[in-house]
Amino acid sequence: MKVYHFTEQPYPDAWKDHGGSLRVNLPNRKCDPAIAADLLHRYYDEWLLADELGYDIMLNEHHQTATCMSSTVIVGLSVLARQTKRARLLVLGYPIGHRGDPLRVAEELSNIDVISRGRLDMGFIKGVPYEFAASNQNPVGVMDRFWEAHDFILKAMTTHDGPFNWESEHFHYRQVNIWPRPWQQPHPPIWSTTGTKSNARVLGERGYVIATLGTGYNTRPLFDAYREGYMSKGHPAPAADRFAYLGLVAVASNERDALSRGELLASYPRTSSIVYPPFRNPPGYLSVEDNARMLRGETPPRSFTKSGRAIDMRTASVPELIEAGILFCGTPDQVYAQLVEFCDYCGGMGNLLMMGHAGPMSHADTVDNLTLFAKEVLPRLTQYKQPAAATATAA
Amino acid sequence: MTQTLSVNGIRIELIDRGQGNPLLFLHPGIGIDPDGPVIERLASRMRVLAPTHPGFGASEAPRSFDHIDDLAYFYLDFLDQLDLADVVLVGVSFGGWIAAEMAIKSTARISHLVLGNAVGIKVGSREDRDIADIFAINEADFLQLAYCNPDAGKRDYKAMPDAVVRHAARNREATARYAWSPYMHDPKLRGRLHRIRIPTLFLWGMHDRVLREDYGKAYCEAIPGACFERIERAGHFPHVEQASEFAEKIFAFVAAR
Repeated sequence: MKVYHFTEQPYPDAWKDHGGSLRVNLPNRKCDPAIAADLLHRYYDEWLLADELGYDIMLNEHHQTATCMSSTVIVGLSVLARQTKRARLLVLGYPIGHRGDPLRVAEELSNIDVISRGRLDMGFIKGVPYEFAASNQNPVGVMDRFWEAHDFILKAMTTHDGPFNWESEHFHYRQVNIWPRPWQQPHPPIWSTTGTKSNARVLGERGYVIATLGTGYNTRPLFDAYREGYMSKGHPAPAADRFAYLGLVAVASNERDALSRGELLASYPRTSSIVYPPFRNPPGYLSVEDNARMLRGETPPRSFTKSGRAIDMRTASVPELIEAGILFCGTPDQVYAQLVEFCDYCGGMGNLLMMGHAGPMSHADTVDNLTLFAKEVLPRLTQYKQPAAATATAA
Repeated sequence: MTQTLSVNGIRIELIDRGQGNPLLFLHPGIGIDPDGPVIERLASRMRVLAPTHPGFGASEAPRSFDHIDDLAYFYLDFLDQLDLADVVLVGVSFGGWIAAEMAIKSTARISHLVLGNAVGIKVGSREDRDIADIFAINEADFLQLAYCNPDAGKRDYKAMPDAVVRHAARNREATARYAWSPYMHDPKLRGRLHRIRIPTLFLWGMHDRVLREDYGKAYCEAIPGACFERIERAGHFPHVEQASEFAEKIFAFVAAR
């Protein structure tokens, strides 16, 4: 298994006084640039440590939010492409559904891939609902735009015989010929996220890495939909490296310290949905059927515990988050056991996207968390034998 | 009664009621209630054709439909297909925008244009928000802005039939499909309104806080000879809140011009 260290690069000082919305419309006067600088340098230092400790690295971006100061992930990737030595650099995701200019995306990512000498993993996502207010891109038809941007970026990365023409529904270029071209051939690996079985199947058909977040013990149906899509193209069952899962990870030498660290990490699910309600569900982001259900006030639960009990990850306790496979928390032995149980449940899961820092967790705590995990858990996970792919589809 | 009609292979819902000279009513983003009083009032003296726009309610929309011009040309083709002449073209809010976009292209089949609290143009400076951002407010706040009496717009989704709730969801999506950006307007429209040379009436619900009255006045001034009349005790949807007065003012305008 590979383990990617991830933090959202939050600005937690603003979390105490947000007036009901941490995103989109929280005035940026609440951001002190001096504090932001200290935090960002600190987060980069922790990623450099992760590189030394044997982790891979994941970055993302969000917009107009105190939950994530990475408003352009290319900056973080640029810093780390130059400063890290060995880690893979996963962007998950790059919200190409919000990007007006996919040519720029192809150029940026090719540059990162070259500077890092082929260490880039490209996670493309449509983007979260509340950020259509920020980007002003139309949420209606976002998936059509996503796939056209995707097709264009790959065409730009894999065309080496001079300029090509692109005049389509959403994007128009006449002389496309990017320099430099990517290091990895034919292009860096592609990842994406989803929360629906239909999209999971599409990702399987394409053989991209599928990542889920917050799905806990409700992940298996998504991974199985991926497997169906993957095998429908005539491939044998997909290996565990096609599957990724974002988990909060709090490890400490004793259970009590681990649980208090888990409380700090739980600040992520508890704050990430604090946003002025009209921005939560822009028109066309969800299907008409889902929107009709929401108008009736019906919102199906998303997270379930091992025993099948629905929980709300915005309000769940730390023990509930652990039971739901959203937080992996305890001594190194306990965390290893929790992760293995989860991988077995998934029928194989080869990429742990480890949120090893969140919210107000201090630098010292984060360093300790990362170091202990790297020393006591990571080596065992590297040795861990995933469930055989053939049996994974039997369930 | 509501029927269906195909124009250019696109199947839409159509209310066709009453007799006399034809009146094409283009509904706002909230859709059209076939049992609402405005249809009945208008149909008392005229043949009312009230289609549901492609993408709204139960009407189909091809994937390529994403611009107000798609609707304007669709309804010009609609008039051709039904071979209608001397049509009184009435549109409210988003429907008024479609009507204006039709009229700058061709008034060959249109005798009168009536715009009720219409959106569609840019009036203020680049940092002025001419039109309230309805996608950035919750429904209760929208009702406060859009109605003189907010209760007139309240809906109990839990008590509604499934199809009606589904249509409400489609209406919201379709409005964004055509009007997300540039928001609720076409930057070119204002400069083309001088092409409209038929009698034009603006009906303006005075209590509208989605649009200011000076927005309506600026719209009116851009169309040669257009008249402006207020409707009291009505907001952004005067055809809902004052259906009788809305219809009577249209009849009087058509009779006089």
